[in-house]
Amino acid sequence: MIWWRKKVGLPEENKEEGQVLGETQIEKEPELENSERREGLWKRLVKGLQKTRDHFTSRIEQLFSGRKTIDRELFDELEEILITSDVGVAATRRLLNNLEERVERESIQELEILYKMLEEEIIGLLSIPAEPLDPNRADPFVIMVVGVNGVGKTTTIAKLANHWKTEGKKPLVVAGDTFRAAAIDQLAMWAERVGVPIIKQRPGADPSAVVYDALDAAVSRGYDLVIIDTAGRMHTKSNLMEELKKIRRVMAKKIPEAPHETFLVLDATTGQNAYSQVKTFKEEISISGLILTKLDGTAKGGVVIGICHEFGIPIRFIGVGEGIEDLRPFQPELFAKALLGH
Amino acid sequence: MFEGLTSRFEKIFKYLRGQGKLTESNIKEALREVRLALLEADVHYRVVRDFVKNIEERAIGQEVLSSLTPGQQVIKIVHEELIALLGGTPAKLQLDGPPPVPIMLVGLQGSGKTTTAAKLALMLKKERRSPCLVPADIYRPAAIDQLKVLGSQINVPVYPSQKDLKPEEIVRDAINFCKSNNCDTIIVDTAGRLHIDEPLMEELQRLKQILEPREILLVVDAMTGQDAVKVSETFHEALGITGVVLTKLDGDARGGAALSIRAVTGCPVKFVGIGEKLDAIEIFYPDRMSSRILGMGDVLTIIEKAQEAIDEEEAKKLVKKLKEDSYTLEDFRDQIRQIKRLGSLERIIGLLPGVGMLKELKNAKIDPKEFIRLEAIINSMTKEERKNPDIINASRKRRIAQGSGTTVQDVNRLLKGFEEMRKMMRQMTVSTGIATSGKSKKKKKKRTFFPF
Repeated sequence: MIWWRKKVGLPEENKEEGQVLGETQIEKEPELENSERREGLWKRLVKGLQKTRDHFTSRIEQLFSGRKTIDRELFDELEEILITSDVGVAATRRLLNNLEERVERESIQELEILYKMLEEEIIGLLSIPAEPLDPNRADPFVIMVVGVNGVGKTTTIAKLANHWKTEGKKPLVVAGDTFRAAAIDQLAMWAERVGVPIIKQRPGADPSAVVYDALDAAVSRGYDLVIIDTAGRMHTKSNLMEELKKIRRVMAKKIPEAPHETFLVLDATTGQNAYSQVKTFKEEISISGLILTKLDGTAKGGVVIGICHEFGIPIRFIGVGEGIEDLRPFQPELFAKALLGH
Repeated sequence: MFEGLTSRFEKIFKYLRGQGKLTESNIKEALREVRLALLEADVHYRVVRDFVKNIEERAIGQEVLSSLTPGQQVIKIVHEELIALLGGTPAKLQLDGPPPVPIMLVGLQGSGKTTTAAKLALMLKKERRSPCLVPADIYRPAAIDQLKVLGSQINVPVYPSQKDLKPEEIVRDAINFCKSNNCDTIIVDTAGRLHIDEPLMEELQRLKQILEPREILLVVDAMTGQDAVKVSETFHEALGITGVVLTKLDGDARGGAALSIRAVTGCPVKFVGIGEKLDAIEIFYPDRMSSRILGMGDVLTIIEKAQEAIDEEEAKKLVKKLKEDSYTLEDFRDQIRQIKRLGSLERIIGLLPGVGMLKELKNAKIDPKEFIRLEAIINSMTKEERKNPDIINASRKRRIAQGSGTTVQDVNRLLKGFEEMRKMMRQMTVSTGIATSGKSKKKKKKRTFFPF
């Protein structure tokens, strides 16, 4: 018996140790976040945007500390800062033209005021009048998550499920990415970690069928929130966009208003191609909200400033890390503040 | 690929061509457009500034103004500068040295490392090397499974990593695994990480020490914006990367990141990923890419693709048949099969010069299933019918349609198209003589396929 125990006991110990090592990155971060959570939303956002902020702060501060007058050169440097933050030529011009006009009209002299104005302009473009996101307005409330390859859809879905689970909802996640190798396993592992049920089929199954089954299950088993993962797809592949339309059609057969929300996930590292992504996904399947991921790097995600304004789609959440809690509701004021590092 | 830049330059240079003579001011005008186009293509702000300055220095001055065709001269300069910026000549993988030769893939999350690892393995396999894949991503859920699945799809051994092992342990043991499987190349797929994540960057440095990789390839998403500079700089400083793989170029990203990365790291882009299928990887050719940017299309890539897919022997046979006018539906079917081997037709069309200007053609959706249908129809014919389509009467048509799951109309369309094609081929044989190269054959096929 002792011999038997030893043999079983040892590998288990090893396994545990290994797991702690292996998953440190993922498991530990939420704890850290938790303790910092009480320090208020502003701090959390700043923490998420730390690197962005560092970069921006130093440059903006350098820019403002070294000079006293508002001149052409200052605007050129502001242009460089905005463009290197992926804000894009058109949106940068719009921001700076407005700024220049106001400086002239209101005969602004202090840099501090100019800086505040820039912040206001950014907030103005980011503030989209939209109804608050309320998953209680339908039961079950169905959310479909779409995006191009590698933007972080699956991770975001786990974070969303966790977000609403802590708010007392009963979420169900759906492995609608039946194409990419091991995508189903990936979501299943996340679901287990979050502690939410998952509906899945075998790889290669028709995603529409998976979704139909999932809605069925949600209704009969009383889940009030359904979050659907879809395979990453380039927006230029028309056959794959058709597949998304089909998923929507099939969904509507079960629940006429579904999906109640369709989120497009954008990678903050993406440059001006994000316009094309939003435009195509919007035209093809209509998008109700954006989620901006990977804001914990040095990428600024500035492209959303122009996108929000042009397409009138609100950003609902931002992703600021690999941990399960690293998802924040989007707030234009905080985003602009953190972006400008002030 | 790069359509945005291409169409933009096409517009600019159309305007330049219209001018009798170039003045300093209208070069400046054009350069403003060049600058805007490059910025919108996500080329880094500073890289654009240097590029435009270079062009300006070269363009304004005697070289252009005294030239007979100033417009062409500017195109040439922009073209040359773009090639220089993209790295001059194509860079190959350096895989000499005692086997097993290690290759390490690094990059941000979601850039496509795992898929690229499998694509590289398949490519090396085609080049008669025997690669093995090593998943060293223990962090992302199911990342190891993903590479295992891909490995089994292309029949390449995958080191059985466990997520409770350290990447260092995995890599050390994988070298032995590789030797015992008689593999000569180790492809290590590392976890996606932020370049500012110091512990994880140090992990990569340790992996590098253990592996002593011959190649460290940075995998970058072609849609990356201005951050490409910072990311590639940091990875390069930490690891000394030897090359770049630019992924997701099958979208409509303009791919300016390629220019930026090359400019700041000096490392060549070695491969581009052009689709989700595992054979969707290509060598990066700076000159062709630049031609494409300038709207000269990319005829070279088509030729190469055609040569790869079309059997030389079959081609000779076909030529003979054309001469004897004995081209049958069976030959037609062989051609369909060859075309299918060429890959996505939309891509091939995209590679043709000037297509950027032809909207209709660019948006023409060619259904790959159409070819399957055509093949099915021909398969449902008897040998006799394939050799001599004239004997196909109404009742035979009904039978063929039923056999292939199509309609009589479909069969009619095929027969009509085939007849037209034969006529056209007869004309070509008469007017141009018969060319034996893959290129002209390709052209014939292209034209003949549009009637369907």
